[in-house]
Amino acid sequence: MASGLAAPTRPIGLRGRLSDLLLSRPGVLVLVLLAPPLLWLGVVFVGSLVALLAQSFFSIDEFTGLVVREFTLRTYGELFAPANFDIIRRSVLMAAAVTLASALLAFPIAWYAARYARGRLKAAFYLAVMLPLWSSYLVRIYAWKLILAKEGVVTYAAEATGLMPLVDAILAVPGLGGPSFSVSTYGTFIVFVYLWVPFMILPLQAALERVPRSVLEASADLGGDPRATFRHVVLPLALPGFAAGSIFTFSLTLGDYIVPQIVGTSTYYLGQVVYVQQGVAGNIPLAAAFSVVPIVIMGAYLMIARRMGAFDAM
Amino acid sequence: MRPLDHTRLAPGIHPMTTAVRFSGVSRHFGPVKAVDEVDLAIEPGEFFAMLGPSGSGKTTCLRLIGGFEQPTAGTIEVFGQHVEGVPPYRRAVNTVFQDYALFPHMSVIDNVAYGLMIRGIRKVERRALAAEMLDLVRLSGYGDRRPAQLSGGQRQRVALARALVNEPKVLLLDEPLGALDLKLRGEMQTELKALQARLGITFVFVTHDQTEALAMADRVAVFNAGKVVQVGPPEEIYERPRTRFVADFVGGANVLEPPIAARLGLPAGLYALRAEKLTVTAAAAAPGGVHAVVTDVDYQGATRRYRLALDGASLAAVAPASAPAFEAGDPVALSVAPGAAARLEG
Repeated sequence: MASGLAAPTRPIGLRGRLSDLLLSRPGVLVLVLLAPPLLWLGVVFVGSLVALLAQSFFSIDEFTGLVVREFTLRTYGELFAPANFDIIRRSVLMAAAVTLASALLAFPIAWYAARYARGRLKAAFYLAVMLPLWSSYLVRIYAWKLILAKEGVVTYAAEATGLMPLVDAILAVPGLGGPSFSVSTYGTFIVFVYLWVPFMILPLQAALERVPRSVLEASADLGGDPRATFRHVVLPLALPGFAAGSIFTFSLTLGDYIVPQIVGTSTYYLGQVVYVQQGVAGNIPLAAAFSVVPIVIMGAYLMIARRMGAFDAM
Repeated sequence: MRPLDHTRLAPGIHPMTTAVRFSGVSRHFGPVKAVDEVDLAIEPGEFFAMLGPSGSGKTTCLRLIGGFEQPTAGTIEVFGQHVEGVPPYRRAVNTVFQDYALFPHMSVIDNVAYGLMIRGIRKVERRALAAEMLDLVRLSGYGDRRPAQLSGGQRQRVALARALVNEPKVLLLDEPLGALDLKLRGEMQTELKALQARLGITFVFVTHDQTEALAMADRVAVFNAGKVVQVGPPEEIYERPRTRFVADFVGGANVLEPPIAARLGLPAGLYALRAEKLTVTAAAAAPGGVHAVVTDVDYQGATRRYRLALDGASLAAVAPASAPAFEAGDPVALSVAPGAAARLEG
């Protein structure tokens, strides 16, 4: 009677033994699966980050141009020199403006995709959002340079519609303007928003998708008109999506060194300074100190977002 | 419990005005007639059930009262006021949603106080009112929790409190007990009924569960394919079904085709006969009676449920467990007490 239930008697073999081991000790399996990515993250990524941060506590000998390997906060002090601090301020303002504009642009798109688009339309939406990410980043930036150039389509359209005085007025704003959009802060801003808006749309859409229709109906049922429902229900529930999206738009803008180099004025942004200091200037400590800035800003930003309850609805 | 002020509930409205009136209401979704020319009158203070299988139009009717759907044709009145084109946020009705639809980012107390906040009532005051409501649904002390930290039954009571705090003229409940386990469902049935009796608010609830509808409602409307097929008190729906559909859907009555009805000694016609109204006795004791054969027996504790074969038709009978037991294959005699069968229209 028991023989009918007994395990087959053929030899278990090495693979069988391995399966038995992994099944009886789930910890071993987790370790085997996690070891490669953990090694990659721990040694290659975090390791080099720590090495970089360590560099920022060294300084450069102004006379010889050699790195002095002694602990000092002098390099960090340099960040607050007016010229350097100006770069930090400009970069943070740009990142904030890009994040805000991306959110305003992304919200209606994400709302439509989450609440109305179905089936094929939804596939088309994902394609439209992702498609730009499939082509070369450089090609797209150069395309924008041409679009925004004095001889480009923007000028052409403005002339054709008699809006040139308006364009001139916009370009005449000190600090933001320039001879044309492609050599103005506007241009840098427009290209940044264009590049990063998909990274805002997708998390916002995911957050809005998780809001059941009945919750919106409940707000209306309890007397909330569309404005009240937006303010008290939709916005708070979209906040985690916005927080996630802004991490992308904010940090990508802070770290980018190509866009402001191709489209914009000759003023520097954080990414460019890091690039120039560690390359041409050979001032690795200052480059390292500059690269700590976005990390600190993002850390502070996330802390504030958390304090304000951005992740409460997660 | 705070007594509800009825003059405030229905300002300037005669107490005898019908709570909800549907006149020739249809709601079509393209070619689908979800609701098809429905006439209904729900009286004030009534516990009214809309019963039907899924897709029968009962939920759409509830959403029409709530304002989440607009009728394709016909008129809807809530306490004498036409509500066609009136959005949900301007209607004096509140809804307990099937999935409760609590706001996940708010505490329980803020969920309950939501409607009061929208009306601009000060924080201290609305929290006090909300706390009273939580007390009423026996959830005092849960105010600071998040909906995610509550059990299904607790969430449902929060949804109930959130709707009731607004003192609606009509409370709509969409499958309110559907997501609860059996024991909790029984408790909530009693609780809801007591609450309704205490508050005197008109309750309209949708369910596909006939025992729930019969147990709780003052009157039941049975829906099928977008139409109301019968409206009446539970006893009437159960004892006197008018159509084959109602007889079958509510309580699974035997539907007797004319030849079988004739064999059981009924006048010509189609009849519904409750399983417990079909008496089964030993064939030997009634040699001249209507003889059938037991095909299946289910012992159900207090009762035994028999499947019987009579002239090729299958009938169900329920007998007390204390009555003599039969086994499959036993010949039995059937009898129907006078007036026990209900004549069907078709």
